[in-house]
Amino acid sequence: MKKKLLSLLLAAAMLFAMTACSSTSNSSTPSNAGTSTGSSAADNTAADGPVVFKIGGTGPLTGGAAIYGNAAKNGAQIAVDEINAMGGIQFDLRYEDDVNDAEKAINAYNTLKDWGIQISLGSVTSKPCEATSAETYVDRIFALTPSASSTAVLEGKDNQYQICFVDPNQGSASAQYISDKKLATKIAVIWKNDDVYSKGVYESFMAKAKELNLDVVSDTTFADGNDTDFSVQLTDAQSKGADLIFLPMYYQPASLILAQANAMGYSPKYFGIDGMDGILTMEGFDASLAEGVMLLTPFNADSTESKTAAFVKKYQELFGEIPNQFAADAYDCIYAYKQALENAGATSDMSNEELCDLMIKEFSSMSFDGLTGESMTWDESGAVTKSPKGMVIKDGAYVGLD
Amino acid sequence: MMTFLNFLISGISLGSIYAIIALGYTMVYGIAKMLNFAHGDVIMVGAYICFYAISRFELPPVVGVVLAIAVCTVLGIVIERLAYKPLRSAPSLAVLITAIGVSYFLQNAALLLWSPNPKVFPSVVGDGKVELFDGKLTVSHVTIVTITACVIIMIVLTLFTETTKIGKAMRACSEDKGAAQLMGINVNATISITFAIGSGLAAIAGALLCSAYPTLIPTTGSMPGIKAFTAAVFGGIGSIPGALLGGLLLGVIEIFAKAYISTQLSDAVVFAVLIIVLLVKPAGLLGKQIREKV
Repeated sequence: MKKKLLSLLLAAAMLFAMTACSSTSNSSTPSNAGTSTGSSAADNTAADGPVVFKIGGTGPLTGGAAIYGNAAKNGAQIAVDEINAMGGIQFDLRYEDDVNDAEKAINAYNTLKDWGIQISLGSVTSKPCEATSAETYVDRIFALTPSASSTAVLEGKDNQYQICFVDPNQGSASAQYISDKKLATKIAVIWKNDDVYSKGVYESFMAKAKELNLDVVSDTTFADGNDTDFSVQLTDAQSKGADLIFLPMYYQPASLILAQANAMGYSPKYFGIDGMDGILTMEGFDASLAEGVMLLTPFNADSTESKTAAFVKKYQELFGEIPNQFAADAYDCIYAYKQALENAGATSDMSNEELCDLMIKEFSSMSFDGLTGESMTWDESGAVTKSPKGMVIKDGAYVGLD
Repeated sequence: MMTFLNFLISGISLGSIYAIIALGYTMVYGIAKMLNFAHGDVIMVGAYICFYAISRFELPPVVGVVLAIAVCTVLGIVIERLAYKPLRSAPSLAVLITAIGVSYFLQNAALLLWSPNPKVFPSVVGDGKVELFDGKLTVSHVTIVTITACVIIMIVLTLFTETTKIGKAMRACSEDKGAAQLMGINVNATISITFAIGSGLAAIAGALLCSAYPTLIPTTGSMPGIKAFTAAVFGGIGSIPGALLGGLLLGVIEIFAKAYISTQLSDAVVFAVLIIVLLVKPAGLLGKQIREKV
């Protein structure tokens, strides 16, 4: 009996601990300026006028990719707080956790639908976004994803838009850049073959490289299970005389590649894409390893440009870290929505279909200035046109390449 | 030839990491007859403790490792008490699922406590390396330390289970819990001690894993944990020298598969080899075939 009681107690304690975990992770965003995230109280405050739009998205708030989901959520929250403080259009923001998993993303999206989502921020990462975009397409809810860059997110769906580059653009832009600046004679590529983001960029890079007669001498991969040891890939690149390594991947494996190449005494040039952004903010990272690393990224947290500087400062105050590109993308999403909704004269008592049609019309015609690019425009497919900024890391900071 | 040797060395250094994790797996399995899938996550906790001790509190690496061992040992005992002990008489499947639950619990607790941002781990043995043949071959200190640690742990564990009283109790428990209890052995205490040792080993493995591959995130332990489990099965789960052999072989096969077959297929090759070995020797390379008496 005593044992049973004890185990019951423990089970209760465990359950409590778990719910406590999930509730703290939900409320980790400070809810100031009259907005509250993910609480039912939001419904009451939202009912004040016809200008409060329910906007939501899914992202990995826990799990291995949590850094991206939380960054996007935090960035969006800052924009929402700013806009709500201005008066005029008001947003009620809600993010649901999808743990970077397609199935969980559908569940998360259904939760948002029950809540009454009107316009969507899609999903933060590509795989879940491919799943949710199919749903938002059927439900006629307009979606603008901050960072899910795979083409499958957009394909065949008229109401799906991206604020980030679509993957092929990044790959071909990188190849173009390397060719234009004559950065290398022999190129090695290391990519992650179980990741649509990495694969998408890789494929377009290779296609463009062929077109431009770039000499790709080494082409190697890794995957989730074997992303710690890169000695084989680096030895291959080194033995074939590659003087530049193209790294279409996120910064965490990239940091290992830099460290291991350095330990081997191999020092080629490195060229990364937007996923490389964040490498300098890794706690304990030896910035000298990244010296000379080039990357194409739409966002530069060190920029002195006033809007960016203000955003970075605010983000640091609220969340204690330097925002990455995902935060800036999500911030831009909210402001792009603001602009589009204002232009269209939309009110929140419109149906999802009406809002969706208005947004399609606005986004395919408007031009938007944000943190991640000036005068962005969108084509019919939903892909954005903006010019990537070439950056190089010098003395532990980004410097413009041009 | 030099590239071949270099790949061999990379394989051994990767394998030594698998081996040191596999030792913990096999130890717990050998005695408690349960697969502790949370082992990989205890490794991660150990690595975080070590990271904070060295980077934040600027303690010497040795102190960091000792602290990590202490914390993980306590953690191991607590996990065993709270999650596994109540299930002692439950079917092994229930315990297995609980272990997976504990694994998720630890990962998510780490996310909350230490944030998902990757951290770069300061090597506990420095970044030195030994150069052979005029620098054509390099062996990093981490590899040497890891292999030495593996061998020492293997010998100590073998001696411990063979000669000491507690060790004998452990072997008795592993053979027949019921009979051991009748003979006056405290089965619960023995299994707790096993977990304590396994978790302490996890802390050492965590520090060495992250010294060799220096990024640290809340899921750092899970994949190497699964690979190490494979290594333990490969070598014969429950066999302590088997874990070392299995780990080293797995690392070498993985690197050779990447180097000479395809970087895309390396895992497929690794597991194909595993399947073949298990077909020929179902108990693993050094595993004991136990005949059930009818």
